[in-house]
Amino acid sequence: MSKDIFEIRFHGRGGQGAKTAAALLAEASIEQGKYVQSFPEYGAERQGAPVKAFTRISDNPIYLHSGITNPNVVVVLDQTLLKSIPVTEGLGDDGLLIINTNQSIDEVKSLVNFNGKIIVIDAVKIALEELGRAVTNTAMLGVVEKATNCVDYETLKTHMLKHFEHNLGKDLAEKNVKAFERAYNEVQI
Amino acid sequence: MVKKRKAFTGAQCTAEAMRQINPDVVAAYPITPQTNIMHAFSQFVADGDVDTEFITVESEHSAMSACVGSSAAGARTMTATSANGLALMWEIVYIAASTRLPIVMNIVNRALSGPINIHCDHSDSMGCRDSGWIQIYSENGEEAYENTIMAMRIAEHTDVLLPVMVCQDGFITSHCVETVELLDDETVKNFIGEYVGHYPLLDVDKPVTYGPLDLFDYYFEHKRQQVDAMQNSVKVIREVFDEFGKITGKHYDFFEGYRLEDAEKVIVCANSSAGTIRVVIDELREQGQKVGLLKMRVFRPWLNDMVVEKLRGVKAVAVLDRSDSFGAFGGPLFSEIRSSFHEETEKPNIIDYIYGLGGRELDIAQIKKVFAELEEVKTNVGERVRYLGVRE
Repeated sequence: MSKDIFEIRFHGRGGQGAKTAAALLAEASIEQGKYVQSFPEYGAERQGAPVKAFTRISDNPIYLHSGITNPNVVVVLDQTLLKSIPVTEGLGDDGLLIINTNQSIDEVKSLVNFNGKIIVIDAVKIALEELGRAVTNTAMLGVVEKATNCVDYETLKTHMLKHFEHNLGKDLAEKNVKAFERAYNEVQI
Repeated sequence: MVKKRKAFTGAQCTAEAMRQINPDVVAAYPITPQTNIMHAFSQFVADGDVDTEFITVESEHSAMSACVGSSAAGARTMTATSANGLALMWEIVYIAASTRLPIVMNIVNRALSGPINIHCDHSDSMGCRDSGWIQIYSENGEEAYENTIMAMRIAEHTDVLLPVMVCQDGFITSHCVETVELLDDETVKNFIGEYVGHYPLLDVDKPVTYGPLDLFDYYFEHKRQQVDAMQNSVKVIREVFDEFGKITGKHYDFFEGYRLEDAEKVIVCANSSAGTIRVVIDELREQGQKVGLLKMRVFRPWLNDMVVEKLRGVKAVAVLDRSDSFGAFGGPLFSEIRSSFHEETEKPNIIDYIYGLGGRELDIAQIKKVFAELEEVKTNVGERVRYLGVRE
């Protein structure tokens, strides 16, 4: 498949905000005139079940309506998935794997079959400190943004704030943006 | 006219069309994956963005019954459903068409139970292809939006007065956020115009009867009139497509070809698969393969002549059916395509692939496999009805 389409796959568990993260990235990108798609993979919908969500970003209209099998970037919101889900499936060695974990890169390498670049971040710690809940999607978006710069930083931040103000209120919106900013600034690339 | 660029799901697009149409009455019952349409639309109702009387009913049977009542009363009426919801409406779906009520219903295509499955196939809308409703299919959210707006005009045209189903793929389209371009409110309002009910039940000065007993004396004549209305709709659909095309710059038709000019191998399909197939065609064309796509937009009424015209000169055709017709020879789309060529002396070899049932993914590899198999089909038809992407 032609790679003029930038593709990201998020792995999480129901309730962790993988779908929201994928959508926020797409929505912010269209504000920059990009063409996007964002969709979750729906199985049985329940809290805690493994879920996938996808984002496509391109300078040109996107006609593909199949799932993403060879992403540029894989984002894992929950480290417990590493043991049960083949998160690196279809991710080439030129791809990027971003994992929310309190483990080191070497420890992670022993869990996944992947020779490309790996970035780790303890997003749970950031989320707990900023939001008081282990919802890591916005912190993980901070890492995605830092590592890929796939959308303009300010545009994404502003869109995120607007989105959460509408859905969660001003207080939680600002806290989510703080988690995003902290992860962006603290992550070791 | 101002176009708005949005990141919307197919369901949001449909709800946006409904907001701009501002129907008098909407009656609906939630069912996945349609629910997101009514979720968004009921927010418009709650916020006072529309004047719609929103009737929450206890089942789809009641939803369509309320739509029949309201449309007969002279109100512009809309609803939406999926799969088993449509199945539960069944009895009233036929009554809406035979009573000649211009209701517009969005179908978010989903597999019919059983076993229970919430994902996309076309067994729901294809199952009611003989119900007397016009059926329009949508490749993506933007098309679902546009088809919904056009459907209102088609349904309400005095030469037609038939209900219209606008179909989009469950989840693949309904839940996928995509870049879409939508029209401004004023343009849509002007396009659909004011609705004046035909023989409204509530016009007490001109009393009329709806739904009386109609036995062997007149029932047949009324059915014949339904056939005429469906036939009349061909011209009206074309006019509405053309008029809408002047606004959007996009020219829709009953069937739309992609790279058909010199194509030898062609896939025919409906809804979201068309986009993925187009991507594969571009890739194969670069390798010098003469491949193309015929996308079906309108399934009812069916245009024999146009199918033949569009596929003239093609050597091998693969019809992709996202529903099966148990005991029949191939899926519903295949049956129509194949029968369209019956009288032709020059015709392609046509085969059918049943695919994607219950949301089974149609990926690029499968589409390439179809085009590869069509190479053989050009000279040797082989098995007429095949199954794509199923474990056997």
